[in-house]
Amino acid sequence: MTKSSNKIDSKNVKVDVHYLTRVEGHGNIVVDVKDGKLTKCEFQVIESPRFFESMLVKRSIWEAQHLTSRICGICACGHSLASVKAGEDALGIKPSEETIMLRKLLLYAEQMDSHILHIYILVAPDLLGVKSIVPLVKTHRPVIEMALRMKRMSDYAGEVLAGRHIHPISYVIGGLTQLPSQEGLEKLYKMMLDARKDTEQTIKIIKTLKFPEFQRPTQYMSLSSNEEYAMYDGDLVVNKGSKTKVRDYRKLFSEQVKDYSRAKVSTINGKSYAVGALSRFNNNSDKLNKKAKEAARELGLKAPCHNPYLNTAAQLVEWVHCLEESIIIMEKILKDGINENKVVVPSWPKRSELDKIKYKPNTGAACVEVPRGSLFHEYTIDDTGHITAANCVIPTNQNMGNLEDDMAKLVPELLGKKTQEEITLDLEMLARAYDPCISCATHLLDVKFV
Amino acid sequence: MKKQSKPKVAFFDFTDCEGCQLQIANTGQTLLDIMELVDIVNFREVMSEAGEDYDVAFVEGSISTDNDVKRIKKIREKAKIVVAFGACATIGGVNGIKNRFPLEVAKDRVYGDKADTVNTIKNMPLHEVIKVDYFIHGCVPYIPEIVTVLKCILMGKPYVLPNYPVCVECKMNENVCRYEKDQECMGPVTRAGCNSWCINNGNRCYGCRGLVDSPAVDAAKDILSKYGLKVDDILQSFTLYNDSMGEKYDKEFK
Repeated sequence: MTKSSNKIDSKNVKVDVHYLTRVEGHGNIVVDVKDGKLTKCEFQVIESPRFFESMLVKRSIWEAQHLTSRICGICACGHSLASVKAGEDALGIKPSEETIMLRKLLLYAEQMDSHILHIYILVAPDLLGVKSIVPLVKTHRPVIEMALRMKRMSDYAGEVLAGRHIHPISYVIGGLTQLPSQEGLEKLYKMMLDARKDTEQTIKIIKTLKFPEFQRPTQYMSLSSNEEYAMYDGDLVVNKGSKTKVRDYRKLFSEQVKDYSRAKVSTINGKSYAVGALSRFNNNSDKLNKKAKEAARELGLKAPCHNPYLNTAAQLVEWVHCLEESIIIMEKILKDGINENKVVVPSWPKRSELDKIKYKPNTGAACVEVPRGSLFHEYTIDDTGHITAANCVIPTNQNMGNLEDDMAKLVPELLGKKTQEEITLDLEMLARAYDPCISCATHLLDVKFV
Repeated sequence: MKKQSKPKVAFFDFTDCEGCQLQIANTGQTLLDIMELVDIVNFREVMSEAGEDYDVAFVEGSISTDNDVKRIKKIREKAKIVVAFGACATIGGVNGIKNRFPLEVAKDRVYGDKADTVNTIKNMPLHEVIKVDYFIHGCVPYIPEIVTVLKCILMGKPYVLPNYPVCVECKMNENVCRYEKDQECMGPVTRAGCNSWCINNGNRCYGCRGLVDSPAVDAAKDILSKYGLKVDDILQSFTLYNDSMGEKYDKEFK
């Protein structure tokens, strides 16, 4: 960070955060105010490019899930699910209802895992005025132990359901390679019930923390469904408006490459938009379960909410929703069992049969809601079942333009009121509120006042 | 390392998905125990401070830009011990797939007419650029192995990598051989140490830990031919994680 004085200068501010910390990936924030005028406000993704869309070309559609879960260590389950759904769309395969139920369980676990990591490890230190959780281990040990316990529960869910949470093993096109063990499921169910108490405690803690005041209404995009609070499936909506089919996503938004960033930037009707917990909450809060609605009330979160800092509160509401929905699914599984024949794909991928499959050249697309927002995978396959073109649209990229527009509105509001250090921290916190995941986008944040 | 001094540990990431660092957070309660034994001075993903004084550098990710090369050399100069952490760092990982296309093609496919703004070089594992002291293989690394290596570092001992194939662990776990299930599997030549993680969960081995030293190539070829496969059939699968090691591996097999 560049050196700056404590004197408040309302005319000239330079922010230059190089390598934003406590986010996934590598990014910079560069802001320049000269003579009271905002001349530069950029969020630069400086991660080394990884070329996943290129890596997928010429690989078998059956390999896509394995490869694309490596796009991100945090949302590996989400990438995996978007990938198998897109593969199934291209191949014309319909998974069983029981498979979908298990996939939802995995997706909820990932939402919980990522949200709790974000709330406690990435955001809470800012609100408590420290640089990381490291000092909190001494000063707030019971809370940190609770956070790790909550994280452990959701992480264990990944282990039981898919072999592991980071780069899941058993969730593939058509179903699962193996059923979760009964013993593991029972242990997981007990951990989920225990997590209710920690959840109540967490709501009490987050309630006392003060989030910065800032308002900027924008376009909020997410999946939406008549049946449920949409995460696994649905149509695309913007501010509760008309519905767009996932396959038509290119008609709804477009992507551009910017010179200063490795991540592409998306727009709807030429304007920036937000995805993620707050967007989902704004579009679908009426579909939340009872306990999640109560949590929202207790946290003072009401739709539509136009304060991006409160994305963290929306994440906690989603934690509650996902936990309760998971408990319902677990109770059903423990009572009725899982029909192995409907779920397990024993032939996957059977070498001697794979070569005989007649493939129809086709394009398949899918979207799932991952912790940071709507994630799209789209693959085109040829008549040998190999990928000829791929497109992955990552939530962080979609949020990038919106974050820049937030920063452009926020900086002038802070001029003359806050020091350069304070403005820098507010901008870092704003970026962190989006929970940017730059390793996907490719990586995120470093603020430069230049 | 001197007795009773707490080693200063730093984490760095290069081109990767950050899953390896996350795996540290997933050690749960063990994380708190680890924090009693070491001082974590640099961990961008979870800390705002960035200490430049460290003894042990855990490095995840592969080297894929000129800037990466400069940065990793600086880290090597400062650290007493460098740990290559995870498949991207130890063998290049999935990022290596880009090596099989001309760089221009890869850039163009992803960034179109803005491809010229992208700086990228051949993808390399760490040991091709600097000396590496410890290797923790895997995509993602297996937590018990992470803990074992950490203990070795704290005791100043080398970590001896398992030098037998995944099949050994797989047999002990009583899995049915994937070849018996009409699937291909890299287990016969891949370095063990993951407790045959993927096969235990109904999938096959994808070779994310790289080749075992001196693989029993003839035996592997026998298995392939017994099930009606040729070396070329399986080499394509090796490209998933091992393309950065391509020439070396080609020599082993051909």
